Amino acid sequence: MLVLLGIGVVVLGFVLRANPLLVVMAAALTTGLAAAWTPNADLMIMYLAGRDTLANFGAAFNDNRYISLTWILLAAIGLLERAGLQERARITIANVKAATVGRLLWVYFVIRQVAAAVGLTSLGGHPQMVRPLVAPMAEGAAEARYGAVPDRERFLIRSHSAAADNIGLFFGEDIFIAIASILLIKGFLETNGIIVEPLQLSIWAIPTAIAALIIHSVRLWLLDRRLKRALTAKTAAPDAAPEAAQ
Amino acid sequence: MITLDHAYIVGGGFFAALAILSGLDRANARRLRNALFWGLLAMSFWAGDIISDLGNGLLALGLVALAALGLGQGKPATTSAEERRSSAERRGNLLFLPALIIPAVALGGTLIVQYTEWGPQLIAAGDKTLISLVIGVLIAVGVLMLWLKPPLLAPLQEGRRLMDSVGWAALLPQMLASLGAVFLAAGVGQQVGLIFSQYIPLDTRTLAVAAYCIGMALFTIIMGNAFAAFPVMTAAVGLPYVVLELGGDPARVCAIGMLAGFCGTLMTPMAANFNVVPANLLELPDRKLALNGVIRAQIPTAIPLLIANILLMRFLAFP
Repeated sequence: MLVLLGIGVVVLGFVLRANPLLVVMAAALTTGLAAAWTPNADLMIMYLAGRDTLANFGAAFNDNRYISLTWILLAAIGLLERAGLQERARITIANVKAATVGRLLWVYFVIRQVAAAVGLTSLGGHPQMVRPLVAPMAEGAAEARYGAVPDRERFLIRSHSAAADNIGLFFGEDIFIAIASILLIKGFLETNGIIVEPLQLSIWAIPTAIAALIIHSVRLWLLDRRLKRALTAKTAAPDAAPEAAQ
Repeated sequence: MITLDHAYIVGGGFFAALAILSGLDRANARRLRNALFWGLLAMSFWAGDIISDLGNGLLALGLVALAALGLGQGKPATTSAEERRSSAERRGNLLFLPALIIPAVALGGTLIVQYTEWGPQLIAAGDKTLISLVIGVLIAVGVLMLWLKPPLLAPLQEGRRLMDSVGWAALLPQMLASLGAVFLAAGVGQQVGLIFSQYIPLDTRTLAVAAYCIGMALFTIIMGNAFAAFPVMTAAVGLPYVVLELGGDPARVCAIGMLAGFCGTLMTPMAANFNVVPANLLELPDRKLALNGVIRAQIPTAIPLLIANILLMRFLAFP
């Protein structure tokens, strides 16, 4: 029972808004010490348990370096930003008259979901697509339609750009048979004596994928309505501001 | 053959450069902390296999201490808004092309290793996508240097500019994976399972399915990762109750159960690479809050979708 203290530390860290890295380390040490504790454990035993836990954590940290390796792509993204990639995305989308924030994000969301479903999970992501392209394009679509966009709506549009990427990825990738989560399920069931084929698993990811598509499409349609209501009310005062901005 | 070790040498070089450039940045009052932080990470990439498990643990502890003290934000020289706009107009839509090099090479490399005979001799098959991604980055940087002719240090300085805006959150996913290993060793999973089966009535299909799906989402919110929640909740509720006792089909139960966990991922700041990193990258004013703008934009999709998953499992998983 005592080992559950680690989960308690995570929850407490949330509530106190402590630095999450600190919370993770504290939770790991708490769990390791709690697992070793008995009423007659002395200081030496607890010290050794703490050291073993730290070594255990370190070994896993070393094995998982590949997760942080992907950050090197910021070197390429930064160079492109320096040359005006975000500005180019705004200009391009402003020339598409039918573009609204909701429609643009919907197109990106569907492409992301379909691409992930055929295994192209690397065709997106926050550093490589959302920050340099999707968010500036979505902001550009709002500016082209309504003129200057106030901060509140600007940050709402940016948040939805990130959300479209996440939701498209999560509920598309499991349809692909060689994705990590499908292999994890297969491996888990195998150790429990149940043999399933990856294809059996990926087929049953499709109903949820369709539900996600329907739900998030409605959300993006509602986002367009909300932006229209908020931004036309604000730009109504200077006459015909939306047309002038185009 | 190119292996992950080669990719780690490149990664270590990138972080070492960030450390040096951070240390020299007089505009950043906390330049020493930034230099130490990225320097420790570079050391992990270069020497992680040599310095023993405890050494790696102490290294991680050092990273955590620096992050908790607080990192600064470097101010490398970059182009002005005016220069960017004129560059965007001059270069036109051609600017989009280099952005596609990285995913194209990552995908191409993966396919070559998978479907040709010579591919696996060129790139280590186990890590094909990661290695291809690193190669893609190197090619993209090379092309951009030749085309745009920026200062020689520009890729590292621009990388530092973006990396500093991500900050410590860059390491949260790796740290969470390590926490998962500690939880596993201490048997946290079995304990959670015991609590669930003791205190929650799991005797009807609807109740068991709801407990499994909601449990997946909740445990994912705490762990920041559905992969960590899946073995725990499936061993505790999914397999013994939904599948074995009540007759659910294991493939369908597990496939939908994992996706119920993904609904939790949409709602938690612990899923840093999906929810905190974009908030930092997009410079949202509420990026430090537990419920930042990205998470608030996702919750109204996540909750109906979790309900949809419960219904789908209830009506599809019992053939």
